Amino acid sequence: MRRLEPAAIAGVMSREVANFRTYWKGTTFSSVLEPIVYLLAFGLGLGATLVDEVAGIPYIEFVGTGMVATAVIFASALPAMFGTFVKHRFQNTYQAILAAPVDVEELVSAEMLWIGARAGFYGCFPLLVTFAFGLDPAWGMLLVPLFGFVTALGFAGFGVAMAASVAKIDQFNYVTALFVTPLFLVAGSFFPISGLPEGLQALAQINPLHQLVELVRGAAFGFATEDLLRFAFLVGFALLTWRIAIARMRKRLID
Amino acid sequence: MAAIELSGVVKRFGPITAVDGLDLEVPEGICLGLLGPNGAGKSTTMRLLTGQAIADAGTLQVLGHELPADSKAARAEMGVVPQLDNLDVDVTVEDNLAIFARLYRVPDVGAAVDAALDLARLRERRRDAVDELSGGMRRRLLLARGLVHQPRLVLLDEPTVGLDPQIRTELWTLIGTLKARGTTILMSTHYIEEAERLADEVAVMHQGRIISRGTPTALIGEHAGRQTAEVYGPAERLTTVRADAESQGFRVRPAGPAIAIVGSERAVDGIVPQDAVWRAASLEDVFVLLTGEEAE
Repeated sequence: MRRLEPAAIAGVMSREVANFRTYWKGTTFSSVLEPIVYLLAFGLGLGATLVDEVAGIPYIEFVGTGMVATAVIFASALPAMFGTFVKHRFQNTYQAILAAPVDVEELVSAEMLWIGARAGFYGCFPLLVTFAFGLDPAWGMLLVPLFGFVTALGFAGFGVAMAASVAKIDQFNYVTALFVTPLFLVAGSFFPISGLPEGLQALAQINPLHQLVELVRGAAFGFATEDLLRFAFLVGFALLTWRIAIARMRKRLID
Repeated sequence: MAAIELSGVVKRFGPITAVDGLDLEVPEGICLGLLGPNGAGKSTTMRLLTGQAIADAGTLQVLGHELPADSKAARAEMGVVPQLDNLDVDVTVEDNLAIFARLYRVPDVGAAVDAALDLARLRERRRDAVDELSGGMRRRLLLARGLVHQPRLVLLDEPTVGLDPQIRTELWTLIGTLKARGTTILMSTHYIEEAERLADEVAVMHQGRIISRGTPTALIGEHAGRQTAEVYGPAERLTTVRADAESQGFRVRPAGPAIAIVGSERAVDGIVPQDAVWRAASLEDVFVLLTGEEAE
């Protein structure tokens, strides 16, 4: 049988869809409420008292567009880490799936695609909420789900690889503190990275979330040529974590 | 062609050799019981057959497919019922079945789900979440999930471990239905009664290899003779009786509070005490004699 069979990937994803139907309401509720809370706190609170605009963009719109990246990382890296760990260690779901004609490569690919699609979709919610706060729609925004999807694929791969690497679920605290939180804070979502020290500015350039933030702002306020490179960077990030996630999971699942 | 052919299979986990030169052939159409104590290597053998463990040495062929290279094709034609319940508990009964019908590329998912629901006698509960089912229903669903694609070969890994007697009997009835259809079954178990009731042949596994194999009747005849005498009493008395029997070449095993003198139909006067309880020799006698483990 061939590698990466669409039927195997679709079968694994159908399991995710069946499960998602049981909890979509809570996910959707928090996806709508969280950006509203952030926009009220940062956009209206900080924007009304300290910051008027950033790089010519009203601060609430700066935050609203930046929050797409926040939504994407939290809807991809965390579910990939915790979901994968729970399904493997506690629910023995992967043992059941791998007893069917599905291999680790297909399993990981399906998990990443599902998380990527879901995070790409929910990643658009901050943008939609920001419309209510004055952001004007733009044609380029139709590409935001794609940008979110590709970035989420990368972070899903990262999460799966982490889930396959840690010994205990508590160790995700280290992963969150060392990787997820810093990436989210130096992405340029809430303040421009040009205000950071030079070393951190350089690091931000290899932060996939920063690339996503810039792409979303490009979609909202006008693309630049280097946005093509940013997108290529995100594709490369997704490909890299995909292969790492497969290798790590294979080591974990196959004795 | 045999459904399963293993030759010289070795699987090590660090310093532990879980499977140690295993030779096993399962002809098509039979139910083979893989009987062994905990740690005998039964579950590792099952994992090797599903491609979730890779052998360090030896050759494995399942339904004509070489493993691990062609494991995916082999898995497409076999069903697996795991030891642990790994159903999706929030999802409905029919969705649990439909997911696996898709994973097995069943062309008519709806018909396959209906057939599996009938087999598991769960048609009335098809739209209920698994969480709402009783323990017995969940086990029947787990079995039906492994059969949703009508496999030629079914691996049952300790199918009734930890279940109460009533649910166990329900499962045995279902497995009996499967046998009647002519499906090849490899069933690992450490329950003697399960192997005795369901298996056409029993392979006793100990320390990673098969140490004896045959029909339950043949195994009993070969290793335990026709009759066993159980002797009860204080420990000192049992020690004396045991020593006397063993000095005459009889094999004696512990049997809970008693000792069992195996093959006692050959005993001359004085070896078996008058108050001994005589019974037909059993597969349990064989199991304990061969493995040195207490039976369950």
